[in-house]
Parts: sequence; structure tokens; C-alpha cells
Amino acid sequence: MSYPDDLRYSKEHEWVRVEGTRATIGITSFAADELGDIVFIELPEVGASLSQFASFGVVESVKAVSDLYAPIGGEVTEVNEALRDGPELLNSDPFGEGWIARVELADPSEVESLMDAGAYAAETG
Amino acid sequence: MTYSPHTDSDRARMLEEIGVSSVEELFADIPAAVRAGAWDIPPPLAEQEVRAELARLAGRNRIPDVSFLGAGAYRHLVPAVVSEVIGRPEFSTSYTPYQPEVSQGTLQSIYEFQSLICELTGMEVATASHYDGATATAEAALMACRLTRRHRVAVSAGVSPDYRRVLETYCSGPGVEVITVPIDLADGGSGTTDPASAAALLADDVACLVAAQPNFYGQVEPMRELSDAAHGAGALFVAVVEPTSLAILEAPGEYGADLVAAEGQPLGIPVSFGGPYVGLMAARMASVRQMPGRLVGATRDVQGRRGYVLTLQAREQHIRREKAASNICTNQALMALAAAAYLTAVGPQGLREVAELGTTQARHLAAALEASGVAERRFSGPYFAEVTVRVPDAARRHATLAERGIVAGHLLGRDEPALADTLLLATTELTTDADIERLVSALEETR
Repeated sequence: MSYPDDLRYSKEHEWVRVEGTRATIGITSFAADELGDIVFIELPEVGASLSQFASFGVVESVKAVSDLYAPIGGEVTEVNEALRDGPELLNSDPFGEGWIARVELADPSEVESLMDAGAYAAETG
Repeated sequence: MTYSPHTDSDRARMLEEIGVSSVEELFADIPAAVRAGAWDIPPPLAEQEVRAELARLAGRNRIPDVSFLGAGAYRHLVPAVVSEVIGRPEFSTSYTPYQPEVSQGTLQSIYEFQSLICELTGMEVATASHYDGATATAEAALMACRLTRRHRVAVSAGVSPDYRRVLETYCSGPGVEVITVPIDLADGGSGTTDPASAAALLADDVACLVAAQPNFYGQVEPMRELSDAAHGAGALFVAVVEPTSLAILEAPGEYGADLVAAEGQPLGIPVSFGGPYVGLMAARMASVRQMPGRLVGATRDVQGRRGYVLTLQAREQHIRREKAASNICTNQALMALAAAAYLTAVGPQGLREVAELGTTQARHLAAALEASGVAERRFSGPYFAEVTVRVPDAARRHATLAERGIVAGHLLGRDEPALADTLLLATTELTTDADIERLVSALEETR
């Protein structure tokens, strides 16, 4: 399986797209497929402070509940409200319409500890 | 299949494997003084002797002729159909189903119970039940903490002291601080929680305000104002209610309660040495994912037939482990079934009559006590079916009346020093006018 080249990936199967001091985060297609049909997501609050690799929310599928782990730290500036009534976007378009939150980065160098697409493909292969 | 115990040679091999010379050596850490054989207990008895001994002990139980004891547990008429229903082996012998959807009857009975509790409380969703009212209250407070991400809870001093102790215990583990909102204990005061004082105590880190209706002293609380005070501080409002009172008092769903907790015992469960009871909990649908314990939902199968499932189990400990909404709860299915059978048997009109008879008798009682001059109401303002009265030398007279087969309610001084020489007297539809006369004359005679 291949993954978008412009993203970085965590071992907990979250992705991050860094643009300057801002980043968008979500879960990978691998995570979405493993979870199965996602029926609910508990989103973080705007203004919440995320620490890299710490839990910041919950996703619930028909077969499991999993914590969401922040791939990168920072302050939440926006959450994807569309997921509240349409959590299936996490399955149908995890790297696009299924984004979870946007954050103002606390430390942009944290991204260096994440995998690139090739390494993540090897990790999940 | 025959049962094959370990043989001597099995045991010898196991001991050799773990490097121990004898079974006795495994117990070496247990002091001799607490070993079997070291206890001073009587020798064994034959069945006939055991029966005689148990009969002798049972004979020491005092069954009062007249009781005004309530304080959280209430004597009510239990229609015979209730024990008939819960005595059916399909219900009484079935354990919590682990292949739940196979047990459609059990799930249907729980679903009906939940529906009745929603109707009674005016709330949108109710759990399959909890241990009792105190634990349901504590679970509701912890749920409010999860919903608000705050870590303090405010509880009215009008909530039962037992419930408040259980709440403290539940909150001690997760480090949730419990603050108490005082009630007006002045002579002739309201005996209720003052909404303005509550509002003053509700800082922006308080998850919820917990108040009881009626409160522990039988007084009717200003629930709508307390609910508004909680919401004004961004906190949730947890209503702890006596379920029969909901037949005549406003439903929590109407005055803005976010969570409801209750002791379900008055609904068809006899008072019997403190249990088993059943805790009720209800909430709004928006917070359903933070509810603790089991929930049954109704659905349709592939052929369009109505069916029942255990739903939203992702909150529960068998899936979420240590992150479950609660790791200290289960449902009380048989007692919940008793409550459902009771509510169905008496119906809305019957429940209203139960509540009205209790309140009517409480007023007869208060009037009779005041007319004879032996006691007077300690508080002013509206009350439900339990009345708090001042009686000089209450402890001595309570004990003397008990000797005469009259339980003169609950002595309040133990938990609340400001209420020394005060009795909490409960009445229900089982309280007769003769019972009231007997209490009044016994109090007159012990003046």
C-alpha cells in the first residue's frame, strides 16, 4: 500500500500535514480499514493543547474504540465539524474530507520524529 | 463427565516441579493464629440443631407493629404480580447474558424498564440499572466530570448523608473534590438548598450540582432554580429523586436536569435488611456515550422484525478496559424487573395515588403531632411524604418506643448535630390513621 508523499506518519497511525507553523492531522487509511466502519468520533475542543503522542480524542467503530494520539503537539485552532454527523468520512476519505483537526504547532521540529510515506508503508506492510 | 480430582502422584509431581516439599509449605506465610483449627468456633451441628439455632436467632428479630422509618427506604404495598413475574425461572435463574441477543426476553424486559424510567423522569435515555441510589448518584457525578472535563462536584447537604459518603468514596480514587452546599437548617427555616448560595459556590471548575427531590428531610427543593444556578456556572445539574414522588412533582426533564439518579426500591421492592435495591440513572441522548453500564436498544432484524440489542457497548469495560465509562458497576436486572412490573401493575393513576396517600398521611401526622403538643415541624415550606419534627429528648423516647414495637422514624442527630432532638418520620399508603394515633399517644406517654 502507498500513502501520500506530502504527509508524515506516526506509529499510532495518525498523519500530519505541516504548512508553516500550522498542521492538519487525521488518521491513516490503514487505521480506518483496521477499525472498520467508524460510527462516532470524540473531537478535541478548539483551544485545547495537544502534546505529541498523547491521547486527544476517541474514535468508535462497530467493533472497537480507540484513542486518538496526537502525531504532533500544539493548540487546536479548528476541528472538522463535519465528522460529528458524518464520521464515515474517516473511512471514505481519511486523508482528505476526513481530516480531524488543525493545530498551531508548539514545536515544528517534532515532525522530524515522524515517518515519511515510505517508512510508514514499510511499517504497515 | 466424571470429576477427576488430583491424585497423590499428581500432587507430588506438581510440588516437585515448583520445588516445594509439601502442600503445607505453601501456607507457611499464614500465621498459625489465623489458620483453620485455631478459631474459637462451636462444634458442628446436625441439621435439626441448625434449624433450632436459626429459629432462635430469627426470634430475636423485632418486627415492629408500627413503623415511620424511611430516610431513603420506604415500605409500600407490593402487588402480588411483582413477585410472580420476578419469580419466573426465565428471569430469576438467568445471569447477565454474554451472548445477549440470544436472550431477547431478558433484553425486552430491560428495554421496557428503561422506557418506564425515561417516562417517569422525563429524560431521553436510561441505563439498564445500577446497584442502588447511592452508587447511581456517584456514577452520575463522575459522568458529569467526564462530560464537562472538570474535577470538582458540588453536592447539596439535603442529599442523604449515606449517598454523600458513597459519593466521597467514588470521588476519592479519580481525585475529584466534593464540596458541600449547605441547606437552611434554621428553626422554622426552609430546610432546603438556597439557589443563590449554591451559585456563589459554583466556580468555573465545578462539574455539577447534585440536589435531591424531595431532599433527605422530606422538603421540596427549588429544583428549577438550582438547575438554573448550575447551568449559570457551566455546570451540569444532577437530580436525585424519590421515584414515586414523580407522580405528583415536576419531572427532572422539565426543570432542566442533565442527569437523574434514584433509588428504585420504592417501586415494588420490599425493605429487607438493606437490599437488594436498584439504582436508576437517566440522561439526555447527547451524553449517552458517557453513561456507565449497560444499555438495551430496540432495532429491526433483516426481516424487519422488532428486536433488542445491547447497544453502545464501546463505553463498557469488556471493550474499553480501564478507559470504560465505569469499572465499578453492573445492572440489577431482577430488581429492575421488579420495578418495571410494579410500574406496569400500578400504572400512572396508581402511582399518583401512592404519592398522594403518602403526602396526605404525612400532613395528618404533622397535624396530629402539633395538635397534641408532642412535636412540631422543624422546617417550614412544602414537603413530600416525610416530615422532620422536633421532639424533646428524642433519643430516649425513640428507644422507649422501639421497645413498644413502634419505630419512631429516623433519629437525625447522629449525622447532623444541628438536628439533635429531631425525628424524620415517613408515611406511605401503608400508614394508617391508627398508626398515627399510636405514635402520637406513645409520644404523649413518654413526655
